[in-house]
Amino acid sequence: MPGALRILRAGFGATIQDGGRHGQLRYGITPAGPMDWRAFRTANLALGNHAERAAAVEIGVGGIEVFCATTTPIGVAFCGGGFSWRRDGRQVGCAARLILRPGETLTAHPGRHGVFAYLAVSGGLATPVELGSRATHTRSGIGGIDGRMLRDGDLLPLFAGGWPFGEARISAPWLDGDPAPVRVVLGPQDDYFGAAALNAFFGAEFRLTAGDRMAYRLEGPEIAHERGFNIVSDGIALGAIQIAGDRKPLILMADHPPTGGYPKLGHVIRADIGRLAQLRPGETCRFLPVGVEEARAAWLACENAVAATSRHLRPLQSAPHFGGRSP
Amino acid sequence: MYREARFLPAGESALVVEFGARIDPALNDQVRALDRALAANPIAGVVETVPTYRSLMVHFDPRLLSTAALVERIRSFEAEAPIEEKPPRHWLIPVCYEPPYAEDLSEVAAALGLSAPRVAELHAGATYRVYMYGFAPGYVFLGGLPVELAISRRPQPRPPVPAGSLLIAGGQALIAGISMPTGWYNLGCTPTILFDWKRDPPASIDIGDTVQFEPVEAAQFATLQQAAAQGRTVARQKA
Repeated sequence: MPGALRILRAGFGATIQDGGRHGQLRYGITPAGPMDWRAFRTANLALGNHAERAAAVEIGVGGIEVFCATTTPIGVAFCGGGFSWRRDGRQVGCAARLILRPGETLTAHPGRHGVFAYLAVSGGLATPVELGSRATHTRSGIGGIDGRMLRDGDLLPLFAGGWPFGEARISAPWLDGDPAPVRVVLGPQDDYFGAAALNAFFGAEFRLTAGDRMAYRLEGPEIAHERGFNIVSDGIALGAIQIAGDRKPLILMADHPPTGGYPKLGHVIRADIGRLAQLRPGETCRFLPVGVEEARAAWLACENAVAATSRHLRPLQSAPHFGGRSP
Repeated sequence: MYREARFLPAGESALVVEFGARIDPALNDQVRALDRALAANPIAGVVETVPTYRSLMVHFDPRLLSTAALVERIRSFEAEAPIEEKPPRHWLIPVCYEPPYAEDLSEVAAALGLSAPRVAELHAGATYRVYMYGFAPGYVFLGGLPVELAISRRPQPRPPVPAGSLLIAGGQALIAGISMPTGWYNLGCTPTILFDWKRDPPASIDIGDTVQFEPVEAAQFATLQQAAAQGRTVARQKA
């Protein structure tokens, strides 16, 4: 092992995530995984890591400051949510692949848009695998480091990994903010809502009022139930739009429980869930209904685009150190 | 066999196969039968299944499978003979209904107009069927709560209950797998470790099993808890 990354300052919300914990939902175990899968995979793919299996740091609005406590240089890549990154105080853009040398520090602060950024390392983080995954679920204390958010002083162990590449800027279109409507597949309980409620949902703008890794709460016109709001609990998938007694949409995100007892009007499609995850409280979005086949086609197109991340790398001219470059 | 099921999309990556809208052992049997059929005849692209009271959620990878293709495959199971299930087990689980292990017992008794010992007696007198896991790791949802103990959920969640808490609300009962805040009421606690994510499999009790609770005194609880912590099973199984 070539050493570790030391967390000098962990802003609120920083956790270790991989592609998520699958196969245990039937025991009530949350999948976790990245909030913005596109940015997470992009950071891994820029380093040649496995897109989903390599664990990376998910950074929230608190930002982060890490110190390279290794004996040899390591490859790192970061992107997601327009954060502002600096190496030893010099700006290095909002999405790049770098060779970090022993003793260097890397800091991230939220930028003009977005709430989640990812810091991947060559070969992935070597924290313990728990129930088949390194993803952190803080509410149940599973994964990551002791199942919790990262703290100042944490040491993130690394696998031995090389850097058979140069430094590069990542300029992938899916990392930019995009105001397009968030697409939704209706069901499974869309029949609990009348036409007026569905028209209200798809006809108006909604504002994000609160959000964490479990759920995003939105406010807009009331979404009234026609058949009450208690159902016999059934399964919950990522992106479920749950309407509880307050008639407000609650969208279930990466840390969603496997089952629940409120009617689900629809599901945000996978292609758009990362975009929704990057909304800040106070920001707004609209929803657009699509069929399940269109949702699948959108996912495959998005997935293929992200898988071709290497086509969106542009060599940095003055590597390894370059001053004054603005994001 | 699944002729009456409804196939409902939950996005492009999950499908709900719904057999009904009630808490009903016959519906839950259909859910479990389909779950077994999918385990015995794996479909490429299915990631995992989640059995619930009245439906099975099938999570899949849309790179390998479409919703329509999955529906077609599940429909084809209709023609096939049902997979034999392994016989359900019956569990006798020790529970302490005394302070400090029964934090909300007197509150529930007051709300229902019953005495605290009567609430414990009713809860311990019933036989429960295990319908599903859900909500949080190791949370076992049970059917069979006596109607006298029907109490609605709290308007606001209460502070975390310990793992092993016996909770009731909304006419349902459950055993808490880990410590979490809850909108339910805590009637007692078992020293048995029914769920430990460091074990494989993490959960002892299977869906379809039945459960009864055996009251133990507070003085016994610590002894049983110690035995459980040392890996000794303190719940009994009855044929």
